[in-house]
Amino acid sequence: MRKDVAFGQYYPVDSFVHRTDPRTKLLFLIAYIVALFCCKTGWGMALCALGLLTVILLAKLPLKLVVRSVRGVVFLLVFTGILNLFFYRGEGEALISWKFIHIYKEGIFYTIYLMSRLFLLVMSSAVLTLTTTPIALTDGLESLLTPLKYIRFPVHELALIMSIALRFIPTLMDETERIINAQKARGADFESGNVFKRIKAIIPILIPLLISAFRRAEELGDAMDARCYSGSSIRTKYKKLRFTYRDVCAFFFMAILMTGVFLFNSYGAALSALCVQGWNALLGLFGAV
Amino acid sequence: MDIIAKNITHTYNEGSPFSSAALKGVDLTIREGEFFGIIGHTGSGKSTFVQHLNALIRVYTAEKKYNPKKDKNTEKPVLQIGEFDLTDKKCDFNALRAKVGMVFQYPEYQLFAETVFEDVVFGLRNFAKEKPTKEAEEAAVQQAIEIVGLDYADVKDKSPFDLSGGQKRRVAIAGVIVTHPEILVLDEPAAGLDPIGKREIMELLHKLHRDWCRTIIVVSHDMDEISENCSRVAVFSEGKVFKCCTPQELFRHSEELEALGLDIPLTAKVQRALAERGVEIETDFTRDDFIAKVSALFRKKTDKGDDGSCGKM
Ligand SMILES: Nc1ncnc2c1ncn2[C@@H]1O[C@H](COP(=O)(O)OP(=O)(O)OP(=O)(O)O)[C@@H](O)[C@H]1O
Ligand SMILES: [Mg+2]
Repeated sequence: MRKDVAFGQYYPVDSFVHRTDPRTKLLFLIAYIVALFCCKTGWGMALCALGLLTVILLAKLPLKLVVRSVRGVVFLLVFTGILNLFFYRGEGEALISWKFIHIYKEGIFYTIYLMSRLFLLVMSSAVLTLTTTPIALTDGLESLLTPLKYIRFPVHELALIMSIALRFIPTLMDETERIINAQKARGADFESGNVFKRIKAIIPILIPLLISAFRRAEELGDAMDARCYSGSSIRTKYKKLRFTYRDVCAFFFMAILMTGVFLFNSYGAALSALCVQGWNALLGLFGAV
Repeated sequence: MDIIAKNITHTYNEGSPFSSAALKGVDLTIREGEFFGIIGHTGSGKSTFVQHLNALIRVYTAEKKYNPKKDKNTEKPVLQIGEFDLTDKKCDFNALRAKVGMVFQYPEYQLFAETVFEDVVFGLRNFAKEKPTKEAEEAAVQQAIEIVGLDYADVKDKSPFDLSGGQKRRVAIAGVIVTHPEILVLDEPAAGLDPIGKREIMELLHKLHRDWCRTIIVVSHDMDEISENCSRVAVFSEGKVFKCCTPQELFRHSEELEALGLDIPLTAKVQRALAERGVEIETDFTRDDFIAKVSALFRKKTDKGDDGSCGKM
């Protein structure tokens, strides 16, 4: 059960990336996504992939774990890819035409692009959650959103809600597992039957789960009340976020990556042409020999 | 149905950084008709073991196979319950679960139906080969609700969520025993109840043992409960069975238990305190027997007439 949630689970090792400030990591992720979407050349995409790979290695994450994070959305990705492939209208002749399906050369390129873009997107977000505890993440988010406080946006409350939600995911998963086991012991069958039967079979899990979620919420509310919790501005933090040399390194890394992507956007075609030329020259050279 | 377990191992989240070995080779045999106790400190693997007994945790799964080359120094695990071989993938687990009832810790949290009747009948309907008649259902549910000590006419149409904690727990137990399991496993059935509630639950278990389920297995942290009720006890420690014997034998060597960080029953404590003061009492550590032995000793002393020595006793 728990194995399915590789996405979003903190992977506890000590590394450069783990110790980087969560704010930096959040900004890094945003910048990275921007770079992914601005990137128009295969070179740029390769650079982005290389960048992510570097981060993964620096974070001492097993590559398998990061790739596994895509598993949950793989169906969606493939579906999007196929739609794109079939319905992208390029110029010139279609390579394959069958009824309403036309596959163009550009369509194939575009699909490869889109897929790698989406895969990198999901994996990079996974790297963020794998290397950052939920608490650090919400702290970082709260700190980044601080300017919104001036327009009376309840930043602290939002961060609190987020951290509580994140905190209770594993608890509720445990609870679900226990309830499933208890109902299985009473002969409940979740695996067979048609769709309606299966939906009906979920009721004995869902109701106890909801009830316990409400009970927990109430208990937590009481506990916070009892300690006079309030989100007022005089709250201080036990762990203060601080930028260090790591964040400077991350910043430069990102800057290089971005620059690379934009340079490739402008000169990528020329580079490709150069490569083709070089390759031809090389072939010619060998031919001459 | 006898339970024979050999070499049961289990690791949670195997192959991930969160992996934790809960069972490291458990050997245990439980005979039909026993009132069997399982004790051990927190995290010693008691719950993990009992979940094997009705195949909620499988001995073998797709990921977990016995590999005679790799696990050379460990023997092949065995888990046999009556005619069911739980190491066999083709074992009929649903039939097994009808025979082995399992009451989880805080079973009241698994109630879900609109009425008590509907909740209790859930297991009955799930395990039935063909749909039982309405009368048969009602008779079975009534019997189950009454044996757990509730008033059938009173509670059957109530929502289970309107009952008190102790009543909820009884309804949950009724929902498990309604199928007449031959083996009933309870994981800390008295947790979170007051002393009277605890005693009532233990009395209920005795009643069930007498005329409902042949074998009862109960996981407990309460040593008094164990010494009063069980015919045999297994002590779990670090994922293994540390000792398996009668409670009398176990509590006679109470130092071992204390070394494991476990409590001992009140009677054993008093017996030891008396022994330190030179009064040896041979008892089976149940309350009644202990009181009888002590008062017999007391009477002997006073009968002799030297009332001065009572104080030294
Ligand atoms: N669902 C789970 N996922 C991961 N690890 C678990 C899970 N359940 C139990 N464990 C681990 O397995 C070990 C044994 O747990 P188990 O629940 O069997 O102990 P226990 O003897 O029943 O303890 P208690 O007396 O507290 O109920 C513990 O170290 C626990 O952390
Ligand atoms: Mg337990």
